[in-house]
Amino acid sequence: MKKQFMTPLIVFGLLVVLLVVGLIKAKYVRDVPSPLIGKPTPVFNLPIVEDLQKNFNSEELKGQVSLVNIWASWCVSCRAEHQVLNYAAQKKGLKIYGINYKDDLVDARQWLASRGNPYVKSAFDKEGLLGIDWGVYGVPETFIIDQQGHIRYKHTGPVSAGDLENIIIPCVESLKSGKEVHCEKP
Amino acid sequence: MKNHKHFLLLLLFCLLPVLAIAGPKGAPKPPIVFDDPQVEQDYQELAEELRCLVCQNQNLIDSNADLADDLRREVAKMLKQGKNKEQVTEFMVNRYGDFVLYNPPVKSTTWLLWGGPFVLMFVGVFVLLKKIRANKRESQTDSADLSDKEKQKLQDILKNQ
Repeated sequence: MKKQFMTPLIVFGLLVVLLVVGLIKAKYVRDVPSPLIGKPTPVFNLPIVEDLQKNFNSEELKGQVSLVNIWASWCVSCRAEHQVLNYAAQKKGLKIYGINYKDDLVDARQWLASRGNPYVKSAFDKEGLLGIDWGVYGVPETFIIDQQGHIRYKHTGPVSAGDLENIIIPCVESLKSGKEVHCEKP
Repeated sequence: MKNHKHFLLLLLFCLLPVLAIAGPKGAPKPPIVFDDPQVEQDYQELAEELRCLVCQNQNLIDSNADLADDLRREVAKMLKQGKNKEQVTEFMVNRYGDFVLYNPPVKSTTWLLWGGPFVLMFVGVFVLLKKIRANKRESQTDSADLSDKEKQKLQDILKNQ
């Protein structure tokens, strides 16, 4: 083949590779990296869904490794995630705290009553202002919090059984052991 | 009668995806109003520069997403409290990262974004200049140097005519 045709062909080939890679990775594009990783959790003190007389204070997150899960009864993909959370809390012993985001109190209680309650407690964030502090943009979202109350990992979208086994549990275990931390994005 | 029932059931089934589109409930909120025209202008400018995280190709002004509405209200609230545009922008970046800005700052993670187009332009200009020079050299040398054999052939052709 003539040399003069080679250059455009190579450039075209590289462009195709670039676009194909872009297409394949496109599903992760929505995953906005959180600036909160490595920082302390937002400070809050809100009544809880189970009993509005009681509160959920962000101080409680210190001294243990826990998950904070943002959920809502109107959130469709939370349904798929809920049984994974139930399993994680009951069978894997994970401590999961909830933030009930922009929900109706009756609906939220109904949800917990009918689907099981994997949460230690759930803050009732009626106006979604706490959600903004956590940088929430797509419910459900799940954060992993270390003993110092710092955010170590953020998962956007429903946690699947695979995510739980492959990402969440290894991260939580590594934080508990205090040795090498494994909380990277896959 | 039984068929009728099945049909209705089927119809309901088809509607399910429509019913499943869900969002937070609640009465529509009152519109955002400003007393101070300067604050209103700041608000307009900010809401155009901030990206809606839900529908990522829209800014806060354009987007109808629930979160965009919450963020608009939050921006308006902060401006009314007397915060300036930088403070509001910082508030948003602390929560959502540089991604929330349509006009991101130049730093190590964004240099490709800012520098990329210029690099491409320089490469383009370089290739173009090289091409033009090569063409020029070719046009200067085209008919002049025929080999002896070629000259002979040319003569033959002209004679035969």
